[in-house]
Amino acid sequence: MNLDTLDLSKSMRRLLLLLLILPMGLLVMGVYGGLMQALFRAGIITSDPFVGGEYYRGLTLHGVINALVFTTFFSVAFGHAVISKTLNKALNAKAAWTSGILMIVGTVMAALTIFAGQADVLYTFYPPLQANFFFYLGLVLVVVGSWIAFFTWIPPYLEWRRENPGTKTPLAAVGIFVTFIVWFIASIAVAVEIIALIMPWVLGWVDGINAMLARTLFWMFGHPLVYFWLLPVYVMYYTMLPRLAGGKLYSDTAGRLVFFMFIVFSIPVGTHHQYMDPGISAEWKLIQGFFTFMVALPSLITAFTLAASLEYAGRKRGGTGLFGWVTKLPYFDSSRWLFAYFISGLVLFIFGGISGIINASYQMNAIVHNTAWLPGHFHMTVAGPVILGMLGMSLYMVAKLTGKKIRLRKMVMAVPYVYSVGLLMMSWGLMRGGLQGMPRRTNTGLTYSNPDSALYRADWQLFTDVVVVGASIMFLAMVVYFAAFFLTLVYRQAEEPAMSFQWTDSVHESPTPVRWLHNFRPWVITAVVLIVLTYAPVIYDVTTSGYDTSPRYGPDSPAPRVNPGPQSEDIPPPSTSDPEAGDERAERLDLLIE
Amino acid sequence: MDKSEALALGLSAVLLLVFFVAIVFASAARGIDVPTCITDPDPFERGQLIEHAEDRYELQMVAQMWSFQPRRIEIPAGSQLEIYLRSGDIMHGFKVEGTNVNMMAAPGAINYMSLTLHEPGTYALVCHEYCGVGHHNMRGEIVVTES
Repeated sequence: MNLDTLDLSKSMRRLLLLLLILPMGLLVMGVYGGLMQALFRAGIITSDPFVGGEYYRGLTLHGVINALVFTTFFSVAFGHAVISKTLNKALNAKAAWTSGILMIVGTVMAALTIFAGQADVLYTFYPPLQANFFFYLGLVLVVVGSWIAFFTWIPPYLEWRRENPGTKTPLAAVGIFVTFIVWFIASIAVAVEIIALIMPWVLGWVDGINAMLARTLFWMFGHPLVYFWLLPVYVMYYTMLPRLAGGKLYSDTAGRLVFFMFIVFSIPVGTHHQYMDPGISAEWKLIQGFFTFMVALPSLITAFTLAASLEYAGRKRGGTGLFGWVTKLPYFDSSRWLFAYFISGLVLFIFGGISGIINASYQMNAIVHNTAWLPGHFHMTVAGPVILGMLGMSLYMVAKLTGKKIRLRKMVMAVPYVYSVGLLMMSWGLMRGGLQGMPRRTNTGLTYSNPDSALYRADWQLFTDVVVVGASIMFLAMVVYFAAFFLTLVYRQAEEPAMSFQWTDSVHESPTPVRWLHNFRPWVITAVVLIVLTYAPVIYDVTTSGYDTSPRYGPDSPAPRVNPGPQSEDIPPPSTSDPEAGDERAERLDLLIE
Repeated sequence: MDKSEALALGLSAVLLLVFFVAIVFASAARGIDVPTCITDPDPFERGQLIEHAEDRYELQMVAQMWSFQPRRIEIPAGSQLEIYLRSGDIMHGFKVEGTNVNMMAAPGAINYMSLTLHEPGTYALVCHEYCGVGHHNMRGEIVVTES
C-alpha cells in the first residue's frame, strides 16, 4: 500500500467524530425501538412505556434511523478516512463540513417530523400515504449531503492518478468509490421520486400522484441501497479482516472484480421487490430477477475469497487437516476484538444471503413476499454483517480519532457473539412465522397475537415469543456496546490522536494494474446502459397501465385529505357497506369528539 | 486470478444458472407465474363475487382502509377463482394463506391472479402492507365448502 504520512487535519478529525457519534446517539433510540417492536408484536405492550406512541411510529423511527441515517453517516465518515489515508491526500474540509452539516440538518428535520407524529409512513413512505413536507425535505438533505462528500473525493483521486501512472488504485479506495457510485446513481431515482412526484403533490400543486411510478422509483433506489450498506463492510472484509486474522487476502484481483461487478449489477434489480405488484409485465420482472442472480455472483466469490483468506491465516497459526484451521482463528483474542465483529457478520451473512436468493426467486417470492420472513431475512444482512461491521469500525475509528483506549475491551469482544445468538433466534421466529403467513410491518399484538381478539392466531404465538427472546438478547448486547462506546469517549486521552488503518497484503496479486480492472468508466457506462434497458420498459408500464392518480391520504383516516398539508384532520365518511370498517370509523369519530 | 478461484467463480455461476433455469421452467412449463400487467378490465367501484359457472367464479376485490370488500366469500371446493384486486385508497397487501396468491393492491392499477382451492376449509386473507392505524385489523376470509 501507499506511504501513509499525512494525517487528517484537526478540522476533519472533528467532523469525523461528529459524523460517528451523532448517529450513535440516534441509534440508541433506534435499537430501543427495535426491542419495543418485538414486545408490541407479541402483545406484551400496547403503548411504548417510555416514549409513548404506538407501533407504527416506532417502526418508522427504527427503519429511518438504523437503516438510512446511521448507515449513511457511517459510510461518509469511513469514506473520508479511507480516501484520505489510502491516497495520502488532504480533502477539502470546507466541502466536507458542508456535506456533514446538510446531513445533520436533514436528519434533525426528518426525526422531528417523526417524533411529532407527522410521518407515520415507515421508511418506504409509499404514496399515496403522505407525511409532513419536512420529512421528505430532511431525507433529500441527507442524500444531497452524502453526494457532496462523494464529490470531495474525486479531485484528490484524479490528482493521485496523474501522480501515480501505472499504479493500482488501493483496493480500499476502489471499494469506497464503488460504494458511492452505486449510491449516487441509485439515489437519483429516489431524489426524482421525492422532488418531482411527492413534493409538488404534498404542497398541493398537483392533485394526483402515480402511486406505482413512485413505488417503482423507490425500489430502483431501495435495492441498490442494500449494497450501499454492504459495500463499506466488504471494504473492511477485503482490506482489514485477513491481516486481523493473522494472514493475507487470498486474491487482490478477485476483490477488484467483485467491487466492479457491484457497479454493473446493483441497480437493474429493484423490480424484484415488485414481483407481486400490478401494472408491470411479468417478463420485465423476470429480467430483473436474472440480474438479481448476477449480483449474487460477487457475493459468492467473496464467500470463497474470504474463506480462503481465513484458511491461509488459520494454517499460518498452526491449523492442520481439512478443517483444523477453523479452530485456530483469533475468535476470543481481545487485542483483536474487531475480528469478532467481522467473523460474526460473515456467519450471519451466509443465512442472510441464502434467504435473499430465495426472495429473488421470482414465483417463490409469492410464499414469502411481505410476510415476517422478509424482516427475518434482512436482519441477517443489514442488522448482521452491516451493522456489526459498522459498530466495530465506529468504535475503532473513534478511539483512533480521539487517541483514547477502548474501555470494557473484553465485553466489547463478546458483544457480536451474544448479539448474533439473539439475532439468529429473532430471525428464526420471524422467518418461520412468515412461512405460516404472519405479515411483516403489522402490530400483531392488537389482533393476531391477542387472545381476546377475534383474529387471534394461536399458531403464530410461539414465533412472536421467540422473537421477543431473541430481540431481548440483541438489546442486551447493544447496551453493553453503547456503554463501552460512550465510556471510551469520556475517559481521558491516552495518546496523540491519529487516524490509521491496518491494511492487509495479498497472496495473489498482479504487480501492475489489470487493464480491465483499472478504470471505473467502462463499468459505469455498462451500468447506465443496463439500467436504461431494464428500467425503460418498467417505467413505461407503470406510467401507461394505470387508470387513475391518487389524492393525499393520512395514516389515520380512510378519507383523502382535502387541504394539502400535514395538519388536516378529516372526519371519515360515516357510511360504508362494511360493518366492521364502519365500527372503526365510528370509533375514530368518538375519539375526535373527545 | 488463480485456478481455484476461477473454479469457484465458474461453479457459482453454474449454481445460479441452475436456479434461474428452474425458475424459467416453473414459469414456462408449469405455468407458475407472478402477476403481470393487465389493462383490459374496467376499474370496478365495489367489491363483489360473481358466479360465471358452477365451478368458475370471479372475485372483484377492493382493498381499502381497513377492510377487504367483500370481507368473506364462499365457494365450493375445486372451483376456479379469478381474483381481480384493486385498492380503494392507498397501498395494501393481499395474501391468501397457504397458497401462492400474494398480491399488492396499488391505487390506479388492477392486479390479477387465479386460484383453485381443493381442500374445504377457511382460508385467511391478510393485508400485509402497512396501511395506517387500522392495518392490523384488515383481514378477510375465503370459505371453501364441500362441492
